[in-house]
Amino acid sequence: MTRAAEDIVADFQFLEGSDRLQLLLEFSEALPELDERYGDHPELLERVEECQSPVFIAVDGTAAKIVLHFSAPRESPTTRGFASILFSALSSHSADEILQLSDDFPTELGLDHIITPLRVRGMRGMLARIKRKTAELVAKDA
Amino acid sequence: MDQLSKIAEYANPDVLVTTEWLKNNMENVIVVESDEDILLYETGHIPGAVKLDWHTELNHPLRRDYLESEEFAKLMNLKGIGRQDTVVLYGDRSNWWATYAFWVFKLFGHENVMLLDGGRNKWIADGGEISKEKPTASSKDYPVVGRHDSEIRAFRDEVLQHIGQPMVDVRSPEEYSGERLHMPDFPNEGATRGGHIPTAASIPWSKSIQEDETFRPIAELEKLYFENTGYDRNSDFIAYCRIGERSSHSWFVLKYLLGVKNVRNYDGSWTEWGNLVGAPIATGSEPGLAA
Repeated sequence: MTRAAEDIVADFQFLEGSDRLQLLLEFSEALPELDERYGDHPELLERVEECQSPVFIAVDGTAAKIVLHFSAPRESPTTRGFASILFSALSSHSADEILQLSDDFPTELGLDHIITPLRVRGMRGMLARIKRKTAELVAKDA
Repeated sequence: MDQLSKIAEYANPDVLVTTEWLKNNMENVIVVESDEDILLYETGHIPGAVKLDWHTELNHPLRRDYLESEEFAKLMNLKGIGRQDTVVLYGDRSNWWATYAFWVFKLFGHENVMLLDGGRNKWIADGGEISKEKPTASSKDYPVVGRHDSEIRAFRDEVLQHIGQPMVDVRSPEEYSGERLHMPDFPNEGATRGGHIPTAASIPWSKSIQEDETFRPIAELEKLYFENTGYDRNSDFIAYCRIGERSSHSWFVLKYLLGVKNVRNYDGSWTEWGNLVGAPIATGSEPGLAA
C-alpha cells in the first residue's frame, strides 16, 4: 500500500461515524478540476459502470509516475469523495504501487456501515478500472 | 397548467407543497431532507432543514426491518420533531428517498407529513436559499407509538396471495423482463433470479415525474396507473421494486395523488422475491399468468 493510502485508512479508522462522513465530504471538495485536455475530449474518459452516479476516469503518465483523472458531478458528493480518495492514494505513484493496492482498500476505510454496500461496491469498481487501465498503459509502453 | 392548479386536482392536495409555499411557511414546519446520496445534505440544504439518513437511521440495526417504536421516538427526539409537528420532506432524485421516509413516518402514524413537489432540485432551480449550517434540535418528547405495518406494508405471503390482483412493478423494463437483476447504472444487489411477480403490471416509477422533477398532472397519472392497466381507485394495490424505495414513490402517487384507498408497499421487493425458494416468477415483457 502507498504511504498516502495507509494514511488515508488510518485517518478514517481514527474517526467515528459522522466525523468519517465529514472527512469524506472534505475529500469530495478537494477533487481536482478535470484537466482541460479531457474536458474538451470526454470520449477519452471511461465510464465507471459500477457507480450509481456518472463518474468517468482516465489514466496517463508513465510507469514510473501514473496520473489519474476523474470527472464526477457536484451533485454526487459521495462519488466525488471516493474519486478524490483514490486520487490522493494513487495519483503520481508508480504503476507497480497502483497495481499492488489491495482490492479491499475501499472496505478498509470502514465506511460500510455509514454508506450503503452499493456505494462501496461502486468504489471497488473505480479501483478495478484504474488498475486495469494502468496495466494496459504499462503494457503499451513496454 | 401551473403548479398550484395541478396540485389542487390531486386526491389529497394537502400533502404536496410548492417551493413558494415552503419559503413562506418555514417557521411553521420542520423541514427534513432525505437523499440517496447521504453526503448531499452536508454540501448545503434548505436553511433549517434536518437530515434524515435512510440507510443508518430508518432501518433496524440487526433484522431486515424498520425501526421499532422506541427507536423511532428516539430518532424523532434527536431530530427535534414533535408528534404534532408538520414535517415537510424533500430530497434528491425526484424525492425518491423522501417518499421512502414519508412511508416510514406513516408506518408510525405521524399525521402531518408533506412532500415538497420537485424536491431538492426544484428548490435549487427556483432560486431557493441553501445553507451549510446545521440546526440545533431539542427533544420534544415524541411518544412511543405503535408501528402500523398492516395498512401500508405488504409481506411475502400476502404478496403470494395477491397474485392476479392489482400489483405494480415499478422497476425499469429490463429488470421487469428479467434481462437484468438491477437498475441500469446500478450494481447488482444480489437476487438469484431475474423477472417479475406473475401478473404484476410494469409501470416504472419515473413515469410519474416531469422534467423538472415535479409530479405529472392527475389526468396523466390516471392514464398511466388506471387506463393502461384496467385498475381503478377501488383496487387493492401492492407496489414493489428492488428494496422498497422506488415503490414508496409509486405508493405515494397511488395513495395520495390518485386517492387509491388501499395501497401497500412490498419492501421485501425483488431482493426478497428473487431469492425466495419456490416463489413463482414470470419473465419477459408480459405480466404472465397466475399459477
